[in-house]
Amino acid sequence: MPMKVLIVDDEPNILMSLDFLMRKEGYEVFVARNGTEALESIQNHLPDVVLLDIMMPDVDGYEICRFIKSNPETENSKVIFISAKSKESDIKKGYEIGADFYITKPFTNKQIVNKVKELFITS
Amino acid sequence: MQWGIIIIVSLLYLLLLFGLAYWAEQKAEQKSHFINSPYIYALSLAVYCTAWTYYGSIGRASHTGYDFLLIYLGPTLSMPLWWFMMRKIIRIAKIQNIFSLADLIATRYGKNVTLGAIVSIFTVLGVIPYLALQIKAISETFTLLLDYPKNYARNPVFLDYGFYITLVMAIFTIYFGTRRLDLTRRNEGMVFAIAFESIFKLLAFLVAGTYVVFVVFDGFSDIFQKAFEQKELQKILYFQDSAKNQAWEWFLIGLASLFAVMFLPRQFQMAVVENKSEKHLEKAIWLFPLYLLLINIFVLPVALAGKLKFGDSIDADIYILAFPLQNNNYSLALLTYLGGFAASTSMLIVASLALSLMLTNNLFIPLSIRMGVTQYFKDKQWGKWVLYIRRASIMLVLILAYWYLYTAFDLPLVSIGLVSFVAVSQFAPAVIGGLYWKEATHKGALAGIVLGFAVWFYTLIVPNFVEAGLLSKSIMQEGLFGMSWLRPQSLFGLEFSPVAHSLFWSLFFNITAYVAISAFTSQNSQERNQAELFVDIFKYADSYDEAVIWKGIAHKKNLEELLARFVGENKAKNLLNEFEQKNQGKLYADEAERNAKLVKYAEKILATAIGSTSARILVASVVQEEMLTQEEVLKILKETQELKKLNFELKKADALKNEFISTVTHELKTPITSIRSLSEILYENPDLESTQREHFLKTVISETERMERLINQVLELEKFESGKQKLHLTTQNLNEIVKEAIRIYESIIAEKKIQFSTQLSQEPLWSEVDKDRILQVILNFLSNAVKFAKTKIIVSSYSKQNFIEIAVLDDGKGVPAELKDAIFEKFFQAENQNNRKPKGSGLGLAISKKIIQYHKGSIGVEQEQGMTKFYFRLFRTLSLDLSETSSDNTTILKPTT
Repeated sequence: MPMKVLIVDDEPNILMSLDFLMRKEGYEVFVARNGTEALESIQNHLPDVVLLDIMMPDVDGYEICRFIKSNPETENSKVIFISAKSKESDIKKGYEIGADFYITKPFTNKQIVNKVKELFITS
Repeated sequence: MQWGIIIIVSLLYLLLLFGLAYWAEQKAEQKSHFINSPYIYALSLAVYCTAWTYYGSIGRASHTGYDFLLIYLGPTLSMPLWWFMMRKIIRIAKIQNIFSLADLIATRYGKNVTLGAIVSIFTVLGVIPYLALQIKAISETFTLLLDYPKNYARNPVFLDYGFYITLVMAIFTIYFGTRRLDLTRRNEGMVFAIAFESIFKLLAFLVAGTYVVFVVFDGFSDIFQKAFEQKELQKILYFQDSAKNQAWEWFLIGLASLFAVMFLPRQFQMAVVENKSEKHLEKAIWLFPLYLLLINIFVLPVALAGKLKFGDSIDADIYILAFPLQNNNYSLALLTYLGGFAASTSMLIVASLALSLMLTNNLFIPLSIRMGVTQYFKDKQWGKWVLYIRRASIMLVLILAYWYLYTAFDLPLVSIGLVSFVAVSQFAPAVIGGLYWKEATHKGALAGIVLGFAVWFYTLIVPNFVEAGLLSKSIMQEGLFGMSWLRPQSLFGLEFSPVAHSLFWSLFFNITAYVAISAFTSQNSQERNQAELFVDIFKYADSYDEAVIWKGIAHKKNLEELLARFVGENKAKNLLNEFEQKNQGKLYADEAERNAKLVKYAEKILATAIGSTSARILVASVVQEEMLTQEEVLKILKETQELKKLNFELKKADALKNEFISTVTHELKTPITSIRSLSEILYENPDLESTQREHFLKTVISETERMERLINQVLELEKFESGKQKLHLTTQNLNEIVKEAIRIYESIIAEKKIQFSTQLSQEPLWSEVDKDRILQVILNFLSNAVKFAKTKIIVSSYSKQNFIEIAVLDDGKGVPAELKDAIFEKFFQAENQNNRKPKGSGLGLAISKKIIQYHKGSIGVEQEQGMTKFYFRLFRTLSLDLSETSSDNTTILKPTT
């Protein structure tokens, strides 16, 4: 069974490229355009990895990460924050909330692909 | 009781006190919260309650009824004043290195040495008898325990208990009060010990009071019932003895205690010098009055009980101790004695320390300098000398007190506390005036204080001398030189009780002289400088160093030598290096400015050891100073304030700019991310399907356009903000511009399935505008409305009198009232919704606001009939003809705000 990846970003174009990359790797991909959709998708699909934007108009990425890590069904899911917030304090906060990795925008495709692979191996 | 027991118990108590103080010193080193708590501060203020409270209140109540309460009512009523005045004094004292009331007064009036010395001497004169009273109370109660009901008699000094207790107090004060040269360091150990004594004396008094009321008698009602049956006590309880001017009497005595609780040396020491944080005042303001209330609960009942039980057979002052002794309850008697002992010792400790600091900084150090004994001091010797003087002063003060007690043994010590209250009240005009009245001069202050003290001496001290037989009785009856209007206790025929009488006349002459002479004399530049600093301390607090004006030539070497004589050569070198490092790279207007900085720095260090007045004369002795005029001082002060304000605004603008830059770069990251990622895909996947490839490429192009738009908007905004933007004004029908905007958005609205309607005015709406800019604003409103609308959008236009309003309404979630203005700030969404992503660049509304401002119109948002309405209003051009005369007007218009 292929690994499940959920991509959460409110920028449709970023969503589009990440979707392409993940499908190409052969994962089963779900996308969410905002926090609410993301929370729904997490409960429905129980993804193995979540690529998570932080700044979104409704529910922010921190809350979603907290939800994932505190829910017994999803606590083993890996969370990678992908955010334009690049201050040291932002990154520190991301890890404190429980993220497995933090990638700042703009990212290189290789960075994302490799990191997701790595997390699958360890999980 | 055996004397051994009493002495051992007393010594054990003192040992405990030493232990607690020592422990607190250690704790304070570790920055303990407990030691620095506001409760300790509030309790330490209760040093106000001395043996005179502990024993004397009962005595007073048994003679005159309720008026003992005035001594506590004054301070209680003064508490709200603390928040304004004491806070101001504390702030000044912290900033200016002021360690006593004499420092405060001398500094305010131009660091005037004479004034400082006079205040110190007068304070010592006024307070020594009060100290003597404490020693007497200790000796007296000791004798009582030993030999009840025999009274205290004069012993040879070396056999006198009081003498040895005085010595121990001196050792305690020297050990815990003069540990450091640096006076800015607080004496935590001593303060903690005093707070402990405050609790101890309160508990002891409450226990003794409870014993009298509930064990010896049958509760409060029992005592009062019995008291009401006695004619003499009825008089007390029903105010039947009231003097003619009772209201005045009470007012004056209350006033004296109000001043006393702030200006008595021990109170100033605790409230100002040992204060750790202005915030502690908040707690003290209610805790201290509460303490006063508690310690007074049993006073009247015990006084009545004593009258009922002992009548006049023993001194009413010792009623509280007489009850347990009479009933052979020795342990309670010991406890009661210790409570009084605590009250006495706490005052002896704090007052002697406060007086010693006053004498050292304002009398002995200036004298040492003048007499030249100090000029040969080398490495650290000066510093050691200062410590020696402080210690010697503590001994001197306590010995003076003991000497007073010994020689003036037969002088009545009754209400000696009030005599001191009147004495320190003489400083009130100079202090309060100095805090709020810039024109007050040192000559005025000097005259007021000297005159006030003369009157105090004549009306309160001379009668004592007469009574002791030192002066002829004729003065009292016939007045000085036989002039009856000069009788010491009824000057000009005024008939008050001695204390109220003295306060009235001393303050009357004091204030009159202070105001009149201040009005007729002028200030020198230093005085003027301090007057500004004192009155406006909260304005200058954070730029104090710049606000002290100094001009002249100083050599670093001389200052270093001077400092070395206090703190040692190495430390002096280090301190000056620290200064150099701190000021490295700082630009100074000229060498003079640098000189001034250095001088002030050195003076400040010295002031922490010897107070600001002495530091001033010492520094002045090693530098060449230039005399300034009052006008120069004021001018420089004003300049520094303006500079400070400018600096603040620059910093603010800088912060805003930085924030703007960081937001812009942040906004640029989103399109860059898509572009980069998609380009990488296109590059690495040459075999992509052509439709997908096309789609990706299109996205790259549109994201590039998005970046371009953002950059253009930033540039545009910058142009508006710097005032470089030009408007091309022509007369336009705004309805037409609205229609044009709607045409552009038609397809998007249709796509979104939003109900769309217009309510446009029938008549043409002429106005002189830059057409493209106004179109831009309407488009911005429309694009926001499309983003947020749930079901419908309305566009409206109408005119009223001389203005036109264009509005776009949507039924979206709306704008909270408190954000109505903020929403027009650039990047408002991004910064206020932290982790929420803004829709759009966040610059649209900011630019719209600028455009409308340039048109001298107004822009805003409000709720209307459940919809969010964004609108702008512009001036209407009434007829085409009128407008044509100015239609070629394409000048730069400045925004109206």
